[in-house]
Amino acid sequence: MPNEKIPIKNPFSLQVDPDLFKPATEEEKAQQVQMRESVSFMRDALRRLSRNRLAMVCVVLILVVALVAFLVPQFYPYSYTKQDVTSKYLHPFEYSAKEQAKIDKGVAVFPHIMGTDALGRDYAIRVIYGTRISLLVGIFSALIVIVIGIIYGSISGYFGGRVDNVMMRVVDIIYALPDVLIVILLSVAIKEMVSSSNNVLIAKLGAGMVSIFMVFGLLYWVGMARQVRGQILSIKEQEYVLAARATGASAARIIRKHMIPNCVSVIIIVAAMQIPSAIFTESFLSFLGLGVSIPMPSLGSLAADARSGLNSYPYLLIFPAMSIFLIVLSFNLLGNGLRDAFDPKLRS
Amino acid sequence: MQHLLEVKNLQTTFFTPSGEVRAVGNVSFNLEPGKVLGIVGESGSGKSVTAYSILQILTHPGRIVGGSVKLHGQELVGLPEEEMRKVRGNKISIIFQDPMTSLNPVFTIGNQLMEAIILHTQRPREQARERAIEMLRLVGINEPEKRIHQYAYELSGGMRQRVMIAMALACEPDILIADEPTTALDVTIQAQILELMLELQKKLGMAIIMITHDLGVIANMCDEVVVMYAGRICERGTAPEIFYNPRHEYTRGLLRSIPNIDNDEKSRLIPIMGTPVDLLNLPKGCPFAPRCERAMKVCLNQFPEEYWVAKDHIASCWVNVLEKVGAPLAELGGQEAAQQMAREGEEAAQ
Amino acid sequence: MSEVTAFQPDPQYLVQVRDLREHFPIATGFTKTTMLKAVDGVSFDIRRGETLGLVGESGCGKTTVGRTMLHLYKPTGGEIWFDGRKVEKGPTLNEFRRRAQLVFQDPYSSLNPRMTVGDIVAEPIDVHRLCASRKERNERIQNLLSMVGLSSEQATRYAHEFSGGQRQRIGIARALASNPEFIVCDEPVSALDVSIQAQVLNMLEDLQSQLGLTYLFIAHDLSVVKHISNRIAVMYLGHMVELASSNELHHHPLHPYTISLLSAIPVPDPVKARQQKRIVLKGDIPSPLRAPGGCPFNTRCSRATEICRHSNPAFLEVAPEHYVACHHVSS
Repeated sequence: MPNEKIPIKNPFSLQVDPDLFKPATEEEKAQQVQMRESVSFMRDALRRLSRNRLAMVCVVLILVVALVAFLVPQFYPYSYTKQDVTSKYLHPFEYSAKEQAKIDKGVAVFPHIMGTDALGRDYAIRVIYGTRISLLVGIFSALIVIVIGIIYGSISGYFGGRVDNVMMRVVDIIYALPDVLIVILLSVAIKEMVSSSNNVLIAKLGAGMVSIFMVFGLLYWVGMARQVRGQILSIKEQEYVLAARATGASAARIIRKHMIPNCVSVIIIVAAMQIPSAIFTESFLSFLGLGVSIPMPSLGSLAADARSGLNSYPYLLIFPAMSIFLIVLSFNLLGNGLRDAFDPKLRS
Repeated sequence: MQHLLEVKNLQTTFFTPSGEVRAVGNVSFNLEPGKVLGIVGESGSGKSVTAYSILQILTHPGRIVGGSVKLHGQELVGLPEEEMRKVRGNKISIIFQDPMTSLNPVFTIGNQLMEAIILHTQRPREQARERAIEMLRLVGINEPEKRIHQYAYELSGGMRQRVMIAMALACEPDILIADEPTTALDVTIQAQILELMLELQKKLGMAIIMITHDLGVIANMCDEVVVMYAGRICERGTAPEIFYNPRHEYTRGLLRSIPNIDNDEKSRLIPIMGTPVDLLNLPKGCPFAPRCERAMKVCLNQFPEEYWVAKDHIASCWVNVLEKVGAPLAELGGQEAAQQMAREGEEAAQ
Repeated sequence: MSEVTAFQPDPQYLVQVRDLREHFPIATGFTKTTMLKAVDGVSFDIRRGETLGLVGESGCGKTTVGRTMLHLYKPTGGEIWFDGRKVEKGPTLNEFRRRAQLVFQDPYSSLNPRMTVGDIVAEPIDVHRLCASRKERNERIQNLLSMVGLSSEQATRYAHEFSGGQRQRIGIARALASNPEFIVCDEPVSALDVSIQAQVLNMLEDLQSQLGLTYLFIAHDLSVVKHISNRIAVMYLGHMVELASSNELHHHPLHPYTISLLSAIPVPDPVKARQQKRIVLKGDIPSPLRAPGGCPFNTRCSRATEICRHSNPAFLEVAPEHYVACHHVSS
């Protein structure tokens, strides 16, 4: 580079030790290159998730709600069915005349944290049961969606061609069905069956609840199936699948070892997004009177019942509404956090 | 003397969530008018980031953290974005490796060419159209009147790269930066594009910065060469100096490891051992030291400064210091050797 | 080489390919499909223990030849003979899959990101049940990793933690796991940095001499192919245009395409590069969907005449061991 003026730095401007110019040993060289700590994809994603403060708050919140919903009824002094005409419409932490008398006698009485309803039932335990129903619905629907969606989607994606064409048209048809209408029709039909059935579980859940589960099973897996199929289609083009085929691996092995593990992030994200929408649908249907059967409470039916005395007793609506709001919001935010953690490319 | 482009101690860092990546560390070089400068290096050597830093088109976590870039003596680092936009395209243009992603698929190529011309020269539409056709003809596209109505996907890879070159040269820039312009192309098409670039360079007289990993392309195109490794310059100088008298162990290794097509004997290649550096985890001294056969203790701890090793040749490798001073090093001790080096360096510089 | 009598395999060759064709249907319109003739009548033989290089530009069908030979695509026509047996669908295919393996170009997409390196390398072992016990399997994994210059502790890591060169080594270890005799190397060094290329090429050569492997080495870089191959075949638009020993092809190329391909290589030497007489081919490679009639190269060939536009030249031996398909080359 002609005519270039670089300040000529003196390479020996420091007191230099000739020993420094002896060859470095292999060990010394090797020390300079260290491999980073080994991380699997899962652990890496979970680490990213744990750095997301909002998502972690949601995880804690969901865990607390779940613990309350499943543990508190075990030792709670009131039952969700026990009616008491003397304690109708109590405000939170208010006592009925009978309970006040007990307290005056020195007997400890557990307070009605959220007051009582029109039939004098403790409202807190009803909201807790309602929450429990909501969480169960969310989790079961996610499970149904995962199982059906993965099997359907991976078969459709792997075999492709005509199989894929027919299977995806079925998905399109299901997408086009209005789900509320299907729930109403199913619950009417199932009510007949259930009333004649002796099965305790079905009787307890009620026709509405059973039909809600059936609707999830019949309708809601299509989103998952589409996503899994899309993922499988792109994985099919990857060379590691070709490599497996070149070694003579069977279709079952390729789906099990290569395709499903690479779909995990999509599955987790779709399932996490499925939970709040299922909870919401359940509340909405219960609000319309299609959900659980009396006396089992659901957050939606509690809100519906609260409408009658809304002006005098707004808390009857506020508590279940808050509960739905918190659960759905936390699951949604957690779902977003999971998506960011498992699919970091999406964010940037 | 003023240089066309003077890059001095340029430093660019990417602030990623997993840590700071010093993609470019202390890079200095000059470019004279009408010359072809090659920047050669492997993936992660910082050659492209250097180009993006000159144009200040770095993507998000990347930032210039030090140094200066002077065009015609005017400082570009710290220039407001508005001013910088005038430099891009007008004074310095860039073409990328993949012409498919650099061309917008929903506009015709004529549309995009005219857009660029109107934006930079404020010509009326009719004139811009004529200029677009003229440019396409210049880059060897036949029937340019028809081609301007075509979309990028209708063209082959080589044709697309020609369109990109036409677009880059439409405003007659002083400098054309070509970032791996032929890497995605086949050998016969690569030959066409390289030929075209040299021809246009002679015709239009602009300077070219050629960024590539291919030493063959460098040898064919460049007057001066900068060799980079892990964001640092290993050595720089005229092409014959770099190819016939390499003074950095990395360049030597690189030249040794390419199979020579004229060698008919079945001989083994001499590879550079080890794996490329982890940029998040740069060694303390010379980044090449862990892979260097002749690494010394000093290499592991101290980065070698740049100094002259010959006329038109600057290197930063401790081995030169050892060779220059040779045996007397042990006897003389540090100080005398240093003075000797400095004297010789000054002589060489003059 | 269309024969009426049944083909008799020659024991001198490990692999013999006769008139291989691979056509893919491509939807070119709403109802229309065009046949993409990726490979259109290719014949060649590979000797035991040799490396046959296969060069050509993108879209010439070299990758398809490699994959069709391994029956990853069902051949549209032609025959593949391996060690005296015809390769075809059926009970023998599994054994063929064990003995013939593939190394890929892209070290990123060819390794499953959810599997540990140990499991990746052991996949052929698991598929073919080559190891009786867990312990034997582990030993074999250690052995394979050390063969490709990786340490045994690295078996529990995931592929994304490795550099491109190391990942390519993992891919090679996987290909070696089932003790194959024949490996198709599909551009194994094209995606690697120059300084790493030489490491992998040397390793491939060492493994070949240690294990007595036979390679089909597919690449677009002629200098790399020349370095590693005993013989080189040149492909253009689904046809083989020239086949000769490496030195013969380099010094006496006969087909106009080979000649221009050789002259287009940028030599890493400034003085030689400037002296080099370049034959810059005009025009682009035609799309294989719209391949020209007659000789596939006629649209770009400086020597093309009327006959080239009408008839496809036969692939003939014009000098000992030197095959060319050109109307203007005669022995």
